[in-house]
Amino acid sequence: MASAHSETSALTGTDAPTGTEPARQGPWGNAALKILVAGGFGVGKTTLVGAVSEIRPLRTEEQLSELGRPVDDTHGVEAKRTTTVAMDFGRIDLRPGLALYLFGTPGQDRFWFVWDELARGSLGAVVLADTRRLADCFPSVDFFERRGIPFVVAVNCFEGTEVHAPQDVRAALDLDPQVPVLLCDARSREDGKELLIRLVEHAADRVRAARG
Amino acid sequence: MSEPMSTEDAATEPVPDLFAPRTPVDDRWFDDDAGPVVRLFSMTGGRARPADDGLFDLISLVTAVAGAEQEATEHPLAPEHHAILALCRDEPLSVAELGSYTDLPVSVVRVLLGDLNDARLVDVTRPVQLAQLPDERLLRDVINGLRAL
Ligand SMILES: Nc1nc2c(ncn2[C@@H]2O[C@H](COP(=O)(O)OP(=O)(O)OP(=O)(O)O)[C@@H](O)[C@H]2O)c(=O)[nH]1
Ligand SMILES: [Mg+2]
Repeated sequence: MASAHSETSALTGTDAPTGTEPARQGPWGNAALKILVAGGFGVGKTTLVGAVSEIRPLRTEEQLSELGRPVDDTHGVEAKRTTTVAMDFGRIDLRPGLALYLFGTPGQDRFWFVWDELARGSLGAVVLADTRRLADCFPSVDFFERRGIPFVVAVNCFEGTEVHAPQDVRAALDLDPQVPVLLCDARSREDGKELLIRLVEHAADRVRAARG
Repeated sequence: MSEPMSTEDAATEPVPDLFAPRTPVDDRWFDDDAGPVVRLFSMTGGRARPADDGLFDLISLVTAVAGAEQEATEHPLAPEHHAILALCRDEPLSVAELGSYTDLPVSVVRVLLGDLNDARLVDVTRPVQLAQLPDERLLRDVINGLRAL
């Protein structure tokens, strides 16, 4: 394949190179999407990412500047220039030319600005919840609600925990009626697939509703 | 060298300590002064590239252009540049994957990719730009892809 040097922006097409374009495998070109997996500490984010990914979960380090970011935690940011944040992620090849990346969000409140960075351009999010510590997922739910990012809530049913009905979880989290709430085992590939499908269907429902 | 590079050549290409064990989970949160600063500084010449210029988003896909590894010998490149080219020779890899496979922070990978892009040794594809209301056909495409897994 003769590969022209190019920088293509999928979907926009406006800044497409004038020369030869690399072979495109679909209407969206050769491109990637991302979905976030959020939730409290130890709730099973990395487990879920690994269960549905075709590669073992990878870790990468991103250095982000905190300068100019609003300081919204009570401790302040101690004038740090950059912080290195590690993220777990996995990849699913949806078809040739369309890759879906799953990013486990760093679970510490101090790193909200990382979430902003990660959330930009994301298709949506899975918020994992553990009914023994339901409050741990409040910040994630808040975050995605405020930014209008589509999300589903997935209750990770660790064995030995009492199984709660999804509607109880919905009520406890005060979720919009449209937000899907599902029970899952974060170790199950099938469950993970189902969660992602429900998430994207939910995103599609929102688009349809908004278009009327 | 004028002969087309064989895969054997590529396999024996030195890839120094790039694939050392990854950061242990417990060290996931560390401060900027904890990293191998001197080494990273020399590799990037102390350059930084703003993360938000968008070309090297975490999920931008990078592919080495045909013959890139051979052509790369004409440029003054570090072993890490060559390692990146070798990694994305056969399939596109995201910036995040390149960071993980080289065990380099993404900020460093971005600088190295900038060099490779300037030298026209890589193709870079930005992520799908999602509008406020994403295209329903795209969402359908994703759902079908997930169902087929
Ligand atoms: N029994 C059981 N164990 C699980 C399940 N999901 C996760 N675990 C275990 O719970 C622990 C934490 O899971 P992780 O996937 O690392 O959680 P995490 O949310 O990524 O954790 P942090 O990134 O540290 O916040 C691991 O030991 C998992 O093996 C589950 O559904 N059932
Ligand atoms: Mg984790």
